[in-house]
Amino acid sequence: MSDEDEIILSELDDEELVQQMFDDLYDGLKEEIEEAVNILLERKWEPYRILTEALVGGMTIVGKDFRDGILFVPEVLLAANAMKGGMFILKPLLAETGAPRVGKMVIGTVKGDIHDIGKNLVGMMMEGAGFEVVDLGINNAVESYLDALETEQPDILGMSALLTTTMPYMKVVIDTMVEKGIRDDYIVLVGGAPLNEEFGKAIGADAYCRDAAVAVETAKEWVGRKHNRMAAGA
Amino acid sequence: MSDLLSKLMAERDWLMADGATGTTLFNMGLQSGDAPELWNVDHPDRIAKLYQGAVDAGSDIFLTNSFGGTRARLKLHNAQDRAHELSQRAAEIGREVADKAGRPVVVAGSMGPTGEIMVPMGALTHASAVEMFHEQAEGLKAGGADVLWVETISSDEEFKAAAEAAKLADMPWCGTMSFDTAGRTMMGFTSADLAALVARLDHPPLAFGANCGVGASDLLRTVLGFRASGTEIPYIAKGNAGIPKYVDGHIHYDGTPDLMAKYAVLARDAGAKIIGGCCGTQAEHLKAMRKALEETPRGPAPTLDRIAAEIGGFSSDSDGTGDNEPSGRRTRRRSRG
Repeated sequence: MSDEDEIILSELDDEELVQQMFDDLYDGLKEEIEEAVNILLERKWEPYRILTEALVGGMTIVGKDFRDGILFVPEVLLAANAMKGGMFILKPLLAETGAPRVGKMVIGTVKGDIHDIGKNLVGMMMEGAGFEVVDLGINNAVESYLDALETEQPDILGMSALLTTTMPYMKVVIDTMVEKGIRDDYIVLVGGAPLNEEFGKAIGADAYCRDAAVAVETAKEWVGRKHNRMAAGA
Repeated sequence: MSDLLSKLMAERDWLMADGATGTTLFNMGLQSGDAPELWNVDHPDRIAKLYQGAVDAGSDIFLTNSFGGTRARLKLHNAQDRAHELSQRAAEIGREVADKAGRPVVVAGSMGPTGEIMVPMGALTHASAVEMFHEQAEGLKAGGADVLWVETISSDEEFKAAAEAAKLADMPWCGTMSFDTAGRTMMGFTSADLAALVARLDHPPLAFGANCGVGASDLLRTVLGFRASGTEIPYIAKGNAGIPKYVDGHIHYDGTPDLMAKYAVLARDAGAKIIGGCCGTQAEHLKAMRKALEETPRGPAPTLDRIAAEIGGFSSDSDGTGDNEPSGRRTRRRSRG
């Protein structure tokens, strides 16, 4: 135990509290994040403002340090778990207040692959960035992806593979989407340890994402472009 | 010291392990998404050919086709109840190939990660991890494996669970981790961390090291990390043949046999006792590695600069063991009592 003074969250002013939330997200302190979210709600902050300024802001720092090799998977899982605690409180309120939607993603690990650590990280970081995420879990055949695209109508399809034995399956999925004439309706992002940018291009994905932080940046960029295109076309 | 691997390590200056399993099986027609382990029963001839390829290319050690053979991984293919059987068959086929090799060849029973995250972050408990590895280890033992070979691990908890399973099965073992994230494992474990962990284990491995990861240069940096730790346990280098590319519907690794030959010599000079390849390492790579190891006199341990000059640069500036670490780790929260 430290000798330093105990922090009383409710005694901090708004600015200090948000800074403290950044630190607490960084350290994966779920209860503290939940408490702070409730304090901000009591102080009449809009749910959307809490999401973007405090939670997304804090997760951006986590994402940067993950990208730069300062934080690793265990720390990011803890941070994402803390974020989730805050989101659980905000989610119904966001829906009620008609807060803007950042975008929606369907994500899943491909057939034959049980590895979901990277996929889960991407899902959590995407949620951390305000996206709605539908997680299909592991071992997804083409049909499972196509069904989800139809029912969920997401902006983005994310596929993950961690094995050299499973990564070619991503092409099977993309090829089927092309056959059905729906490939261009979605942004297709791929990721996983054995992949690289060249592979992503070769199989016809829109982008390869090296890690969860890059996935968030790429998703934002592509969704922004898609919205611009739609606005231009309208 | 009755086991074959210990005996060979005592007699020889270096040993050569095998190369790719997945890459080779793909070339034999394995479909993406299918479980390679099922071939131990469905296509034993192809698995024998896989092993034979490594033996013919000069490997002293080859790994069995059981990487995804834990109950957790086989569950994907609804084959969770065949964990013992599939691993046993993997080793039996290996035993047959090794016994007619005409020289001592070690059958190493491959055990890959469960793919699950351990508590408290995930759902996998230590006890169930030990149980799954133990089940597989008993299958490999029953099939006649000389040694268990735990590979591509990223978390220390899983490594420890595998060590415990090896002890329960009363088998010698080797263990390697995959250092694929800025020179650390995905979980942030460094080469120095692994060397320290291995020294503390109750049932230490015969050898430990690194496999897979990102390219051959990064792997050698990790080996230099083992060397710097001053460990007395022999270490293993099993790197990928370059970076995967997608060519005509197949995964192709861009590392040439010449590059892997240089890598093998650098690995030996860096102190590795067991040298092999991983993904993308085919028979022609192994042959070039063997030849280079035999013909090139032992030199001083390479520097990072020499590694970069000979086989290419690194994927990150540091690997968590040196002085030039990223210094951005933010301070932890003050205690709240």
